[in-house]
Amino acid sequence: MAYSEKVIDHYTNPRNIGTLDKSQKTVGTGLVGAPECGDVMRLQIMVNEETGIIQDAKFKTFGCGSAIASSSLATEWLKGKSINEALTIDNMDIVEELALPPVKIHCSVLAEDAIRSAINDYRSKNGLEPLVSEKTHY
Amino acid sequence: MLKLPVYLDNNSTTQVDPRVFDTMTPYFLEVYGNAASKSHSFGWAGEEAVDYARCQIASLIGANEKEIIFTSGATESNNLAIKGVFEMYASKGNHIITLTTEHKAILDTCKHLEKSGAEISYLSVAEDGLISLETLEAAIKPTTILISIMFGNNELGVVQPIAEIGAMCKKHGVLFHSDATQAVGKIPVDVLTDGIDLMSFTAHKMYGPKGVGALYVRRKNPRVKVTAQMDGGGHERGMRSGTLNVPGIVGFGKACEIARLEMADEYLRLKKMRDRLEAALLSIEESYLNGSNEHRLPHTSNISFKYVEGEGLMMGVKDIAVSSGSACTSASLEPSYVLKSLGLDDELAHSSLRFGLGRFTTEEEIDFTIKTVKEAVFKLREMSPLWEMFKDGIDLKSIQWSEH
Repeated sequence: MAYSEKVIDHYTNPRNIGTLDKSQKTVGTGLVGAPECGDVMRLQIMVNEETGIIQDAKFKTFGCGSAIASSSLATEWLKGKSINEALTIDNMDIVEELALPPVKIHCSVLAEDAIRSAINDYRSKNGLEPLVSEKTHY
Repeated sequence: MLKLPVYLDNNSTTQVDPRVFDTMTPYFLEVYGNAASKSHSFGWAGEEAVDYARCQIASLIGANEKEIIFTSGATESNNLAIKGVFEMYASKGNHIITLTTEHKAILDTCKHLEKSGAEISYLSVAEDGLISLETLEAAIKPTTILISIMFGNNELGVVQPIAEIGAMCKKHGVLFHSDATQAVGKIPVDVLTDGIDLMSFTAHKMYGPKGVGALYVRRKNPRVKVTAQMDGGGHERGMRSGTLNVPGIVGFGKACEIARLEMADEYLRLKKMRDRLEAALLSIEESYLNGSNEHRLPHTSNISFKYVEGEGLMMGVKDIAVSSGSACTSASLEPSYVLKSLGLDDELAHSSLRFGLGRFTTEEEIDFTIKTVKEAVFKLREMSPLWEMFKDGIDLKSIQWSEH
């Protein structure tokens, strides 16, 4: 299968690989997927306590090129957004931006799940109810 | 100068040897007669070419030329052998024994026969890919008519104890078929000393053309017959109708002759290169060889790189043509059933690469492969959360994963 140029670009030059200190109150971590399914994404956000803006985002992904690109793109999009803005990121936006074929849509779904999971982790660390109910895609 | 991509998928198919190609060309343009035409010189010349190739092929495997039945390839040979024996020997029994690590051409043929009343035992192999002779013997029943076990495995290169299995079959009066697609031309195969009654093989895995293969069918001790699976002109002693592919057969013959003459040297050259590649890749932390190290074809190496996902790895090694143990074509990944048969976790099965060296592989290409694979594995581990957890001493099995 041929990958789109954007997928290849993110795979070759992934943005924001790394690890944030998950013991920090300002850091939310989302770990989604499973090794035996061939995709595991860990996405982390660091929120500025005063402004409520996501000031940093990092990822590490075990998966195919499309999974790596989806999470790399997600970190790019997250930076500078408020939590509420971050929640509006839809997996289909990722599909469109990366020109993912139908068989790779699950990679974008996983990235969206990772965003929501990271936000929920941040919220529960800060004494907030997990606002977002996990979207069911299947 | 290194030409990219590097071809290391010789277990899938091989380049035609230029010597084979040259031998074939006159049979397209000049000697184009139908080998079954008995009334003119065009036909006679075609028949003569086929007879000569039949001898070249037979002598590679220690057979008599009359025991070679031409087919379109190993898949057809496997179908003909198994379905043909099942039908021909129906009065003797309906039980067939095979392995879970066989090629789909065997497994799916067996599944097909189950609908027609066949009883099939799919035996498991040990974690090195080898069948235990005790397990095999215990599976034989009075109704067993056929044991079908491949010579060398296509994914792992593991070579089964064929001569021992052949002797066991003889002792129990059971026919022995072997899919020797990967073995013929690469390692010594002798239907007599190996005790093989039926054997499938094909030209394109040994530097011959695609679209031509053979089924060896023993004529003496015992005389084996298979029911034809195609009706027609009764070619190939009535076992396989259809006009013979003369240029293909001529190429197949030449490929067998070259293999017979050069196998000993080529075996050593390939094994040396393969071993060098393998040693370098196994020096990477958390990488594992799949299948028996000792009982193996000289040109195949199947390695899993833990904490790296197979398809991502394939993308990282796009300048090398290899096969992956994982077929990620849908949301549900399907790891190789052969690797799973060895008891590998899905995870390890997903992250495996099969390297298949060949006659035209160079030392320079091996150097390039080592460098490329190492770089890709390191890069992907840098971005793998699983690798980070492993390095932090976290047991991945202790984590509650969200299945998706």
